[in-house]
Formats: sequence, structure tokens, C-alpha cells
Amino acid sequence: MYELIGVTKQYRRGQARVDALAGIDLTIAQGDRLVVQGPTGGGKSTLLQMLGGLDRPTAGSVLLDGTDLAKLSESRLTAVRGQYIGFVFQSFNLIPTLTAQENVETALVPLGVKAAERRRRAAEALESVGLGERLAHLPSELSGGQQQRVAIARALVKRPQVLLADEPTGNLDESTRDEIADLLEGLWKEHGLTFVMVTHDSALARRAPRLATLRKGRVTVTENPKAAAPTGA
Amino acid sequence: MFFTYLRRELRRRRKAALVVASGLALGIALVIVVTSVSAGMKQAQGKVLESLYGLGTDLTVTKAQERPAEGAQPARPRFEFQGGEDGEEQSGDRLMVQGFQTLADSTVATVAKQAGVGRAVGGLSLVNLKINGEFRRGQIQRGEGQSQGRPPGQGGTGGGPGDTVTGGGAAFDVDSFTLYGTDVTTPDLGPLTTSTVTEGRAFRTTETDAAVVVVDSAYAQQQDLAVGDELTVKGVTFEVIGIATADSGQSAAQVYLPLERAQTLSGSAGKVTTVYVEATDSTRIDAVKAAIQKNVPGTTVTTSADLAQTVSGSLDTAAGLASDVGRWLSYAVLLAAVLVAGLLTSSAVSRRVREFGTLKALGWKSGRVTRQVVGEALVHGVIGGALGIAVGLAGAYAVTAVSPTLTAELGASAGGFAGRGGGVVLGGPGGAGGPGAARTAAGRSVDIALTAPVSLTTVGLAVLLALAGGLVAGAFGAWRASRLRPADALRRVE
Repeated sequence: MYELIGVTKQYRRGQARVDALAGIDLTIAQGDRLVVQGPTGGGKSTLLQMLGGLDRPTAGSVLLDGTDLAKLSESRLTAVRGQYIGFVFQSFNLIPTLTAQENVETALVPLGVKAAERRRRAAEALESVGLGERLAHLPSELSGGQQQRVAIARALVKRPQVLLADEPTGNLDESTRDEIADLLEGLWKEHGLTFVMVTHDSALARRAPRLATLRKGRVTVTENPKAAAPTGA
Repeated sequence: MFFTYLRRELRRRRKAALVVASGLALGIALVIVVTSVSAGMKQAQGKVLESLYGLGTDLTVTKAQERPAEGAQPARPRFEFQGGEDGEEQSGDRLMVQGFQTLADSTVATVAKQAGVGRAVGGLSLVNLKINGEFRRGQIQRGEGQSQGRPPGQGGTGGGPGDTVTGGGAAFDVDSFTLYGTDVTTPDLGPLTTSTVTEGRAFRTTETDAAVVVVDSAYAQQQDLAVGDELTVKGVTFEVIGIATADSGQSAAQVYLPLERAQTLSGSAGKVTTVYVEATDSTRIDAVKAAIQKNVPGTTVTTSADLAQTVSGSLDTAAGLASDVGRWLSYAVLLAAVLVAGLLTSSAVSRRVREFGTLKALGWKSGRVTRQVVGEALVHGVIGGALGIAVGLAGAYAVTAVSPTLTAELGASAGGFAGRGGGVVLGGPGGAGGPGAARTAAGRSVDIALTAPVSLTTVGLAVLLALAGGLVAGAFGAWRASRLRPADALRRVE
């Protein structure tokens, strides 16, 4: 699915140069569940942005099914994001003025899905994350865990091939964290997604079959054969 | 999704939307009020000019002022009285051409032949000046050693040394009124068109030399004249056939009579003072003016634009304020409102960086995000426009309801204008004849009630400004939103 070859990302911070990623080589197969861990500033979120086509590497290639995301035009990259990749963010990133259903619908807008079909699919997606009764609720009327469920429904409603989650439980309490972790794991298994999750949470990391650790822009991958494999893969 | 998102955003940010819309509304309301007041000023000026020219007149042609010959006295009325018996009443009556400047009436035909001239008629402006009074003889007070109290002429006319004269002198009343010889064959062109016949009738086209007059209502009231009464001018008795009321307060003359009769009466046969010209195309008046100036030498051609420059007083001041200060102020306020709206929109985009970054991460193209931002700003513009039009219309209605009175001083720079041959045009009641008197006549004032008519063009302009304001404001935010990279947007809030 993904093949990263010599991916480097450098930032300028004042006069200093920061190497967020320092020549990373990484392969992620379709249906993989990869957890990315590492200290703050280690390059975890940068790696996720490269995988999601949100940013471009300074050097190297990010191949998604053989297509180098680094070389795509902005509009093509946007189309790839809209069609193939679902995102879940730590802060949920819901549109505060839209209802849960409308928030989920925003992921279908770039695909040109008709309004009625959008509504139906958004309702189904929310149903699948246990929020069938909360379609018309605004984010401010939902708990943190419910908001993250809406964000997960939004990521999955377009039936993406890849799900990228950046600290999806970072803003949640422990019990809600487990609910969300279970939900994500269940959906991964159900949909056969390629799932990459950045987390500081070691408990979550232990549940992943593969663990990538990023330190000073370099990656080390370890396998965890005890973790469950996806059913849909 | 566009409209749902738009509606929800506007509802959520009601206060911000109201602030932006109110700013735009203020600017647009000012533009409407100032534009409509300015239009009212133009209408008022037009009415003032109509009061000079009459409806349909685009230009007037008068004789150019000539310098008097070396050593010659400027023309002025002259009265001669002989000393008579003590207390004997004496009177003198003069009917004079206003300004003493006339054109041959063949000029009317010459002017009529010029390119762009539709019609031309002549008019003769006159002043009747009557002096009536008596001389009283003085009493000679003899000096020492002479008999006292002897009236002059009895026992010698000469006074001796030490004699003094006491008492005596002269008391004269001066009465004057203005007359206008009008071409009765063309009643819809010329100075009488500035008035409406409110009693009796107007001239018939056949009354070219009839002894009939139409009297201005103010003069009729002053002289207690009514339709059917008689008015004597220079020994000729005229029948008052109509009373005319000036449309804008002051008439061109106090008495109107047929041109031919006026010419005969004043000894100005074949003479006119003014040629009234109607152009075939009101947009080509300058070209007509140039043609007449070139082909009819010795004349002064005056257009309404020239006359407008002689209007002063509160109307002129207000018109100046409306066109200069008012217009710039309203555009400055509108510009400020657009800038503020733009900054607020841009600031709103800054606050929504994560929102737009998320949408871009979800696959929303920059164009779609930009459209959303511009759409919101456009709605602000529409709300501002609607508010602004409502407030502007209310303001314009208030101005019209209050109808402040403005005074136009015509030809207050007076002498100059009369001197250029416009004396006839500006000659008003109370003129006393002669160039100096013509200047006095030139300085007349007209009260005009100001209105603020709002045209569809003005409303259209307001709508355009509102939409443009919204678009410009939206462009600020849209520019920022379009440049937003999702990674930066999401990184900034981490």
C-alpha cells in the first residue's frame, strides 16, 4: 500500500534547521495496523501528514499504491485525500456550526455525492459508531467521546482505503479512550483498512501488530505477533 | 451543503455579521442620501435656471457688452425738469431697454439657421421708470441792512452779501416696473414659460401687436390689478388679460406684452435684447454655442451651465457641500466599512484556520473553501445593502419631508454676468434701468425647497456597492483561506 523511500522533511525554525524526518524508509501493507510512537518532536505527526498527503517531503518519495504523493499537483493530492484517506484528529476537528450528520456529510462533498445520498450514508455511518440518536446534535451538545465517534464516522463514511489517526484518544478520559480504541480496532477489522495511528498511549500501542518508533526523525519498526489481525484483510 | 453551512455560520456569528453589515449599511445609506440630496440640488438648480430661462430654453443670445467710446458717458436714463411755480407737480416717464444693449431682430433668424438650433425666438426686456414730484422754492434770508422775507423774483432776484437761503428743495417719487416684450407666436419658448397663467388667459398667437398685457401676480397684488383692468404704459392703455404666477417665486418681468407692441412703445423697432434658443439635441449644447459664437459676431451666448456658475447663496453652498464634502465623506465611510468588513472577514478566517484546514484535509478544494468564505461575505454585503437602502431611503424621505429651503442668489457676482450681456436674462423686478441698475436687477434670489429624490439608478448603485463591498471583504478572507495549507492549519493548533 504505502512505500516510503528516503523521506526527509526539514523545517526552518528561525535560523535553525529542524530535521523532522531524516531519510525514512518504511513499508505499510494494505490492511496493516501500524502504531507510531515516540517522544514529542520526534516526527510522528509529520510522518502522518506525509502519509495523508497533507504535506510534501523535502526529499524522497511517498508511494501510495505506486503513486508518488510528493509529485502530485495540489488539486490531485486533494482528490486523493478526499477519495482514499480518512483522518481522525486529537481535537476531533468538527465544524462547530454543523450537526453530527452534517459534519459527517462534509467528507462526501468532495466526492460529488448527491444531498439525499449524503444524508443517508452519514446517518448509517453515525449509526455504526453508536450515534444513531444524535444525528441532529451540534458538537457542543456532545461529549468528547461522542465527538470523536462523529469524527470517526466522518473518516469512514467515504469508505477510504486508509485511516490515519493522530492521537485519537489524547483528549479523552480512560474509559472513553478504551471505547474509542475498541471502536477503531473493530472498524479496522470490519473494513480491512490500512490503519496508521499516532499515540503516546502505550496501552494502545501494545494492541497494534506493528509499532513504529520515531526518534530524531528516524524510524524503527517492531512486530507484535500477539496483536490481532484484521478480519477483512 | 454550501447553503446549509452558510446559514449555520451566519446564525452562529450573528453579532459579527451584524457589525460587518451595519458598517456597510452606514456607508451605503450615506451614499444614497448624499446622491439623492445631490440630485435634489441639481433639480433645485435646474428650477432656478428654468426661472431664468423658461422651459425648453437651452441657450440665450444677447449682445456683447461694448466699451463706451473714448470720453463718452455710459448710457443712462436722463430726466429734465424745468423750474416752475412753487409746488407745481412735475413728472417724467421713461421706457428703456434693460441694459441699453439690443440686437437686430434679424439675429433671431440668423441664430435659428445655425446647426443644432431647433427654434429661436426674440424678446425685449424693458424698464419703465417714472419720476413724479415737485420743487419747493427756498426762502432768502437777507443779510444785515436788507429787508427780510422777500421772495425771490420780487424786488430783485440776486442775493446780496450775507443772504442765506432756507427751505426749498425737491421731493420726487420714483416708480419703476419691468416689462417683457414676448413673441406671442411661440408661447412655449421664452421667459413667460417660467410662469403659469393662473387667472384670465395667455396671449393669443394673433395678438402680435395688441394692447394687452399679462401681469405677474406679485405685481398685480401690489398694484391692485385684476383681469380686465387697465394699465397705462407711456401713455398707452393696455388691458390686463391674464395674471401669471412665477413657478419658482420670482418672475422674469412684472408685465408681459406682445413683442411688436413693446418694440414700438420703447422706440426699439426691429430690436430684441435676447434670443431664446432651443437646441435640437440637449447633449450638443456646447457645439451649438460654439457655432453661434462663430457665426453671429458681437453676441454673448449663455448656456445653463454658464448660468449655473452664477448661482450662489445657500443652494450653491449646499450643492458644493453635497458634491464635494458629502460625496467624498460617503465614499470614505463606505471604503472604511469595506476595509473593516474585509479585516473582520480575514480575522474570522484566522479564527477558523483549523476548520478550513480540516475541510481541506477531507478533500475540499481551495476553490470550495474560498466560495464558502466569499458567500458569507456576500451575504453580509446583501444584509448591509438591504439595511443601507432602508436607512438611506428613510434619510432621503426625511430630507424631502423637512424640505429645507435653500436660497439661490442669481448673478450675485452680478455685474460681471450682466456685463457679459446676461442682464436681460437676469433682469428681475425692481430693476431701475441702465447698466448699473441692470446689475441691481441681476442680483435676485430664489427660494427653493430641497428634496432628495431617490432614483432607481441610485438604488441600483447601492445594490452594486453592497455586493462589491461584500465581495471585496470576502476577497480578504478568501485570499487567506485559499493560501491555507492543511498541514500548517492543523499544525498551528496542535
